[in-house]
Amino acid sequence: MLKQKSLAKLLPLTVAAAGFFATAAVADVAPSDVVIVDDNEIPQALTDTAGDAAKGRELAVNRKKGNCLACHVMPIDEHGFHGEVGPSLWGVGGNYSAAELRLRVVNYKVLNEDVIMPAFYVNSNKMHRVLKKFEDKTLLSAQEVEDIVAYLQTLTEEQPD
Amino acid sequence: MKIKSLVISAATVALASTAYIGLSVAFDDDSHDWGDYQVEDRRSGYTYRSAETRALQDDEFENPGMVGVDHGAELWNIAEGSEGKACADCHGDASESMAKVGATYPKFNAASSKPINVEQRINLCRVENMGAEPFKYESGEMLNMTAFVKNQSLGEPVNVVIDGEMAPFFEKGKEFYYERRGQLDMACSHCHEDNEGNMIRADHLSQGQINGFPTYRFKWQKLGSVHRRFRGCNKNIRATPYKYGSDEYVNLELYLTWRGRGLPIETPAVRN
Ligand code: HEC
Ligand code: HEC
Repeated sequence: MLKQKSLAKLLPLTVAAAGFFATAAVADVAPSDVVIVDDNEIPQALTDTAGDAAKGRELAVNRKKGNCLACHVMPIDEHGFHGEVGPSLWGVGGNYSAAELRLRVVNYKVLNEDVIMPAFYVNSNKMHRVLKKFEDKTLLSAQEVEDIVAYLQTLTEEQPD
Repeated sequence: MKIKSLVISAATVALASTAYIGLSVAFDDDSHDWGDYQVEDRRSGYTYRSAETRALQDDEFENPGMVGVDHGAELWNIAEGSEGKACADCHGDASESMAKVGATYPKFNAASSKPINVEQRINLCRVENMGAEPFKYESGEMLNMTAFVKNQSLGEPVNVVIDGEMAPFFEKGKEFYYERRGQLDMACSHCHEDNEGNMIRADHLSQGQINGFPTYRFKWQKLGSVHRRFRGCNKNIRATPYKYGSDEYVNLELYLTWRGRGLPIETPAVRN
């Protein structure tokens, strides 16, 4: 009750700000609205805020987020145990455009329907027997995808032998 | 207790990292002779674990799963239920009467017109022949009795019937194995068929064979059933698991037993 009351009091003052946030939220491209071009790229960024490569690097390590390290060798020396399920991501920023990288993170199954790599920006209601607490969600938010794409773009160096 | 489990988990971590460092030497060497633990391209989970873990399994006295087997042996002789009978009263010496049982289940059960596994066979005996309460699926008694029964087939090559009336159940198990599920949208085959032998972060992926269950896992600090393992792998990919003893898991167990045909029963296996 108290909370509602104080919110109501604040309301007139925050209308402008609320309006601003609403537009920002609307600007996120919903998973079902993502436009895939030539089955190979997603040219349009999923949010208005440019990706943050440093955050992207952390998301790639985080087991509850990207957990990319589970399957890929990456230039991330402070963590051991890089996976060998997928190809090394060294040099991937030089080999692909941002639009191509975005497609690969959003939904790799567009390229290879048998792939093990999870689709990070597809709604889980498209999947079978999802645990209740993960229903109707994407693995990453739109902004997190942008952060990871920004990070992948920095990976231009080829892996030393 | 706390301290003990800390020590053991430290040991587990050490074992895991040994496995990782030893990877290119011990595991990627296809010419390694795994003896009975490999039949054609089928390899027991044993062959993917570190030398220390394998040694622990091989040592009958040190193998931590043997405590459960010993308890199962005691239960074998204890009369229970309205009939006043023990397993031994009907089956005598388990080393003879149970010698092949662990290697040939799941088997078709005419009364229920579907396959049943060893756990379910044990409970049928308890209810119908002993007039006793069924064991709870993942209870200590059930795990220990199952481990005892399967241990009688130690080294026996797995050989399960999949044709005739078993065929439709086998097909369902196979379908389950290849079906994507969970928020990660993966099938068993993605990890255990397509990526067998690869590291997935700190885990060395095996073929997911089930010839060692009930298995002692360092992570569990006790024996666990194959259905517990299925539930764990399902939850890891954020899929809703099925119930212990569900038809879905028994069918999957049937299919996986066939995938490991010819591999020796290892119960109780030791895994990390
Ligand atoms: C469970 C395994 C798995 C996880 C987790 C995973 N990937 Fe992948 N990834 C793969 C596999 C396998 C391929 C190769 C697919 C193919 O060749 O068809 C791949 C391919 C790629 C490629 C294309 C590489 C190339 O050289 O063509 C990129 C980029 C990529 N992944 C990025 C990521 C990022 C970023 C994450 C985390 C947000 C991630 N992956 C998580 C398994 C995984
Ligand atoms: C994301 C990867 C992944 C998926 C998908 C997966 N598992 Fe596993 N599974 C593992 C890992 C990691 C282990 C532990 C290392 C090993 O033995 O492979 C394991 C272990 C097992 C084991 C124990 C093997 C032994 O030797 O004791 C069995 C059995 C198993 N999995 C069955 C399944 C089944 C059945 C499914 C599908 C319902 C499945 N797994 C799906 C990763 C996975």
